[in-house]
Amino acid sequence: MAGAALKAALKDGILGAVVAAALALPMLGFRLVDSASALTLATRFDWVAWAAAIVGLGRFALCLLRQSVPADRVPMMPDLGARFPKARLMVGWALAGFALVLPFLPFADRSLVDKATMVLIYVMLGWGLNIVVGLAGLLDLGFVAFYAVGAYSYALLATKLDLSFWLCLPMAGLFAASFGILLGFPVLRLRGDYLAIVTLGFGEIIRVILQNWVDFTNGPNGISGIPRPTLFGLQFTANAPEGKTTFADYFGLDFSGEHRVIFLYFVILALALLTNLFTLRIRRLPIGRAWEALREDEIACRSLGLNPTMIKLSAFATGAMFAGFAGSFFATRQGFISPESFTFIESAVILAIVVLGGMGSQIGVVLAALLLVGLPEWFRELQQYRMLAFGGTMVLIMLWKPSGLLSHRAPTIRLGKGAPS
Amino acid sequence: MEYFLQQLINGLTLGAIYGLIAIGYTMVYGIIRMINFAHGEIYMLGAFISLIAFLVSTLLGGTSVALGLLAALVSTMVLTALYGWAVERVAYRPLRNAPKLAPLISAIGMSIVLQNFSQLTQGARVKPLPPLFKGGIELMHGETFSVNLSYLQMTIMALTVVLMMVFTWVITRTSLGRAQRATEQDMKMAALLGVNTDRIISATFVMGATLASVAGLMVTLYYGVIDFYIGFLAGIKAFTAAVLGGIGSLPGAMLGGLLIGLIEAFWSGYFSIEYKDVAAFSILVLVLLFRPTGLLGRPEVEKI
Repeated sequence: MAGAALKAALKDGILGAVVAAALALPMLGFRLVDSASALTLATRFDWVAWAAAIVGLGRFALCLLRQSVPADRVPMMPDLGARFPKARLMVGWALAGFALVLPFLPFADRSLVDKATMVLIYVMLGWGLNIVVGLAGLLDLGFVAFYAVGAYSYALLATKLDLSFWLCLPMAGLFAASFGILLGFPVLRLRGDYLAIVTLGFGEIIRVILQNWVDFTNGPNGISGIPRPTLFGLQFTANAPEGKTTFADYFGLDFSGEHRVIFLYFVILALALLTNLFTLRIRRLPIGRAWEALREDEIACRSLGLNPTMIKLSAFATGAMFAGFAGSFFATRQGFISPESFTFIESAVILAIVVLGGMGSQIGVVLAALLLVGLPEWFRELQQYRMLAFGGTMVLIMLWKPSGLLSHRAPTIRLGKGAPS
Repeated sequence: MEYFLQQLINGLTLGAIYGLIAIGYTMVYGIIRMINFAHGEIYMLGAFISLIAFLVSTLLGGTSVALGLLAALVSTMVLTALYGWAVERVAYRPLRNAPKLAPLISAIGMSIVLQNFSQLTQGARVKPLPPLFKGGIELMHGETFSVNLSYLQMTIMALTVVLMMVFTWVITRTSLGRAQRATEQDMKMAALLGVNTDRIISATFVMGATLASVAGLMVTLYYGVIDFYIGFLAGIKAFTAAVLGGIGSLPGAMLGGLLIGLIEAFWSGYFSIEYKDVAAFSILVLVLLFRPTGLLGRPEVEKI
């Protein structure tokens, strides 16, 4: 028995090593070197050997492990959400409380607050997309388009018309929402994957337009010098311009750059919590119920007299509005935006945050955002491996927990193992 | 008129390449109802592997360009197919019964991994290849503009036609093709009737990757430059082509590819080259509005 298991594992390992070697041979074994005259090749066959050895040993170990542990006793993360429904609420409050005091904790320096701000932007985007994907069940691969619309609306309104952040914020949200309606109106009749590809196309269209409409958006050079937000007219600068007061002067503090970082942190925290509160409340309203009903069964919805197009449109527009808010915050925080910030990869990251977190789960989104955005921020030094690890994490989490880290609802029925669905 | 004809030729060449990639999307979607986001990266890997294979064959002393290209073509098809197989085995097969979005996220993750893998191993800079095929025929000689059909364009179109014929034969005449069609229609029933559906799905990925690798080789020759990022846009456009033609339909994928290629060529020829991507996607939206299942797709019947 043990001998047979060992033999099977050995076979598996060798097979894995051979496949890995074949895969690694062209891409790892040779390196294209562009010298002055022509393209030449350099070899590094030791890398191929390493890749084969690592994959072979890995397969071997995995195979042995699988045989020694019966399939139903593979350690899994227990479904905490389902077991302790109350705990979810408490964790939520605890997280919110922690987020509130974070900037004042002794270990919180400027860079930490900065990173936390970045994570919160994605949390907010995730919560916004959660309305579209998690609640209404519409697969949106171009969410970043609305984020871009929000960012550019604020940047253009502020730099060309000199409007303040607080005035532009609702306007950016409205613009993004109307773009959502504009796109949604024709395409929401499509189902599932067709919708996905059209939204993806829309995201690309917006980016291409931003890049090429140079007169209006300044093209690939982007918009710089976007004004920073003020706290009821108080500026976060060392010296106030004519007729204005700085934050530090007004409260009699010494000027410090950290004030603005902390202020921005609280702005995004407030915006994110607003998104969360909105989602939690609207779930209990008829429109929220209709979203979830639509996700479960469109035909049943129709026969109950709900208008699917209007319901989808409202979900789409609501999600877009929050993306618009997040976008204008992003613009004011960075002070500079360009089409580079709004590529498909951003949409993929946001969607990954929603799906990895477990669709429809608000805390799941926070967890996934911490994991996908927060962790890589810490490993900035390993810049070049960052995206590789990011993609790998996405695959691994899906393999490990296909329904997300904290899935909100248990499926009512599940087909047996091996049956196609 | 001359200009029109030239754009037609360019568009058909480009369309042949898109069509070959689109077939991989449409086949995979037809069988497991999933957008294989990593397919564009498979095509990108095909381009890289073909470039490397060609250089290796010249290093090994091959003096004939044609022989070197043939060797590169064969080895690229085999190695890229292996990549296609491995991606399915690692990232999709364990998720066969998972919720619908799980394979999609896994595919997006895989596409990020492959893209960065080739960036890390081959460097981020654009890789140039001097043109190997020179010359062509002058089809029409105008006063200001003459229409050229290069030998390379002819090769690309001929190769595409040959591949399509082989491929159609496999799908319609062999037992593998029959099993594939059965799996596409009803996977559970096919499995009950003794079709090894896992193997059929693997074969589908292998076939799709093979066609994409040929497209990669063609692009390397046609444009003469490749980088690690080419897979993304080509992937989206090929998927657009698949949807345009009617997803799940093989002639549809080819037709969609040709249409996208033509739209792009004419748009950049007559209007503006910057907005050619916008044109392709706008046409897609229009087609989907009036024919939601694509040009050649079967209408989906919904059972309650």
